[in-house]
Amino acid sequence: MAEDRAKFTVVGISERKVDGRALVTGKPVFAGDADVPGALHVALLTSPLAHARIRRIDTSATEGYPGVVCVLTHENTPTMRYTTAGQGHPEPSPYDTRMFDTKVRFVGDRVAAVAAESLAAARAAAALIAVDYEQLDPVLSIDAALAPGAPVIHDEDDSLDIWDPAHNIASVVAARAGDVARGLAESAAVVEVTVETQYAQHAPLEPHVVVTHLDPNGRIVILSSTQVPFHVRRIVARLLDLPIHRIRVIKPRLGGGFGVKQEVLIEDVAAIVTLRTGRPVRFEYTREQEFVSSRTRHPMRIRMRLGAGKDGTLHAVEMDAISNTGAYGAHALTVMSNTGSKTLPLYNRAPHVAFSGRVVYTNLPVAGAYRGYGGTQGSFALETAMDELADRLGIDAVVLRERNHIRTGETSPIFEELGEGRKGTPQVITSCALGECLRRGSERFGWAERRTRHPGDGPVRRGVGMSAHMQGSGIALIDMAAATVTMNDDGSFNLLTGSTDLGTGSDTVLAQIAAEVLGIGIDAVLVIAADTDLTPFDKGAYASSTTYVSGKAVEAAALAVRAQILAVAAGMLEARPEDLKIVGGHIEGPRGSVSLADIGRRSYYGPDPGQIAATASFVPEASPPPFMAAFAGVEVDVETGLIRVTDFLAAVDCGTAVNPLMTEGQVEGAVANGIGYALTEEMQFTARGRTRNPDLARYKIPGAVDLPPITVMLVDSYEPTGPMGAKSVAEIGINGPLPAIANAVHHAVGIRLTRPPFTPEKVWHELRKKSSVVSHQQESP
Amino acid sequence: MKIALTVDGTPRETVIDPGECVMDVLRRLGKTSVKNGCDRGDCGSCAVLLNGRAVNACLVFAAQVDGAEIRTVEGLEDAGGLHPLQFTALDGGAVQCGFCTPGMLMTALDLLTVAPDPTEAEVRRALAGSYCRCTGYVKPVAAILTAAALMREGRRG
Repeated sequence: MAEDRAKFTVVGISERKVDGRALVTGKPVFAGDADVPGALHVALLTSPLAHARIRRIDTSATEGYPGVVCVLTHENTPTMRYTTAGQGHPEPSPYDTRMFDTKVRFVGDRVAAVAAESLAAARAAAALIAVDYEQLDPVLSIDAALAPGAPVIHDEDDSLDIWDPAHNIASVVAARAGDVARGLAESAAVVEVTVETQYAQHAPLEPHVVVTHLDPNGRIVILSSTQVPFHVRRIVARLLDLPIHRIRVIKPRLGGGFGVKQEVLIEDVAAIVTLRTGRPVRFEYTREQEFVSSRTRHPMRIRMRLGAGKDGTLHAVEMDAISNTGAYGAHALTVMSNTGSKTLPLYNRAPHVAFSGRVVYTNLPVAGAYRGYGGTQGSFALETAMDELADRLGIDAVVLRERNHIRTGETSPIFEELGEGRKGTPQVITSCALGECLRRGSERFGWAERRTRHPGDGPVRRGVGMSAHMQGSGIALIDMAAATVTMNDDGSFNLLTGSTDLGTGSDTVLAQIAAEVLGIGIDAVLVIAADTDLTPFDKGAYASSTTYVSGKAVEAAALAVRAQILAVAAGMLEARPEDLKIVGGHIEGPRGSVSLADIGRRSYYGPDPGQIAATASFVPEASPPPFMAAFAGVEVDVETGLIRVTDFLAAVDCGTAVNPLMTEGQVEGAVANGIGYALTEEMQFTARGRTRNPDLARYKIPGAVDLPPITVMLVDSYEPTGPMGAKSVAEIGINGPLPAIANAVHHAVGIRLTRPPFTPEKVWHELRKKSSVVSHQQESP
Repeated sequence: MKIALTVDGTPRETVIDPGECVMDVLRRLGKTSVKNGCDRGDCGSCAVLLNGRAVNACLVFAAQVDGAEIRTVEGLEDAGGLHPLQFTALDGGAVQCGFCTPGMLMTALDLLTVAPDPTEAEVRRALAGSYCRCTGYVKPVAAILTAAALMREGRRG
């Protein structure tokens, strides 16, 4: 209960990261730091063509190259179809991928892998592979994919669960409530907006890296920079035809993920080389491969229509989306589902709602999971349309959101209609402080005053814009997390969790939850995480799930251990367990106290010894959304088209902030990534489908000098179904900048930007189209 | 060829390949805090102090550092404990994944050596070549400013 929070002594405190000291002192804690004597190094040969069949592949020169130990091609590797998307089983993504295929479907697709004694030898030898390609016409856009007679990208006959391969459609999603056509016809005002988002890449500072070896018992050990160790184990086991228990996957410290490491991209190659040679293997993506042969954010074209009454109350909401999944359908269906499910419930006043989504294949790099997971693209469309509606009706943008947003105790039909590529789960909102986020965010940002301020007449025009957002906390009724807590003989505890800290600090958050329940400090909780041999199952880190789903499992395991401790203490103190409490490492009863160390020793050495331990699982019945109100200030130079974001504010309701400093950090980082997505980040392609900017010089992510002051407000709320009132927070922040900045630009200069990134060139062209800007027009306040 | 250099106060001799960069040599010598984020000088994850100034170790040939003194983040901690830059990064929530942290701290150390009392804008400019994808730089910049204040006072934390 919310009142309990005042009594928390560990939760709600900005504890230092449990792994922080190792990180600031530069200890070898990442997968790529592993010192593996005698390891083979892997180089990948990738396709230079966007669409081609391999007629012949000649590896003879490569095999004879000094130092080469193993060469993999489609001729000597397993041929079953699978998906690289690391999701729960059965996987919702189509099985349309082979380890090495006879057809290549994008520039950067796998052709062969070479393992050699040195990386230099592997690379040199890979370049000697002679491939005879039959070139096919490439499909390089959504429209080209859907054109009549378009080349068929997946013309193989052994793929599974592709919606309509003959027409390049990977997946289709639809959901509806009411009658949206009628709803629009009945509306006093109807607005329509179409947005088109770009190819973007996660760019974690640590590229994908894996180190494999055989343990003394011949089991294969995979040390991987993965967000999903258990899914890696399951998928690699199937590919290599090994029993799951012959594989151990360990995730050490991870150098950022953002979704791109929810994908099994390199583990299969390293593992098969280790199996075939008996040698340790190290395989690391280059930065170029991290861009091209990794995963990206699905570009989407979304048409949004809103119908509302004169007072702004929404009556009909329609979202029609097409996404480009690139050559393979990793997360194709589920990202599309979330494009609707993480946006449309936000405004539940409308009785008439329709969502339709199509996912098409193209011969471009593959899309996948990326922080925000469709919600980012969907909320750009929705929040742009909301801004347009506010403008049309002469209603303040904040007021329009206040009139329409979902509230505690309310539901939306979309929760039930739209799940993870299938029907969803009915859900009533059990905590929503979006109203407070809007109110307090507006106040702090100075919305009312700044919104009525004159944009200026000079070359630089000022404006402010805002947007509102929701996300989720894990995947309801699908994804399970388990945790084990064991007691040591000094009164400390081991927390074993399969969850995957990608650098977010989730290991620390989970330790705080356990420590709070057990009445001890975080120093007395040792976290052992993400090792499939040692830790119980956890779905992995995606869908903003660790604090909420894994946290709830940790809380339950700690509560069970606490009950065991109190039962032992009750006997020692001659008291009833319910009369005991744990305070500062001691169990206090009416007639005395005993320390946790006493209990721990006794549990090992008696009298009546017995391990104090418990394992608990949690499957969420709902996915309580965090909420956010985002505000951006901009300056637009009408002569050059340059947008400067002057300040950004995110007011966030994530329930209890288990670790406020780290919670702020999640939002700050997500906002920074979102600002890059809005202004500068875009993978660009040549007319033949080759990526033109696969490096951090030409694909511009924000640096410290590029960002405005970012203010994060954690608005108080308490989620009754979460661990100690917490929801999750990892993704939502990334959804704000794109619409808030676009809406601010509209306020400043009256142009509606719909195609990010908003480069000076694009803005300049839009300004030229709107001659009225030159003579400046004040937007209605 | 063989080179001799001092790494974090310890004299080392090592045989290098022609064309090898300092980042690869340092990692081979066990200094794995020198991170390879891009291998071409764009990200700053491999920044170390070379004769007192920050450089991207991936852009310097190993053959150029014969006789040089190199400091990495692994040499910052001493008997007195964490360096103020390490302490404030840890204490101020400036570390998320921590992959960029070693390079960023060495870049900051370079700045504080020449500008012990920097403005926020100066810190941000100094970090222009040190990418971080996790934090949005809010807390790293604040932590560096706090570290600068501690260092001016001759304190650690």
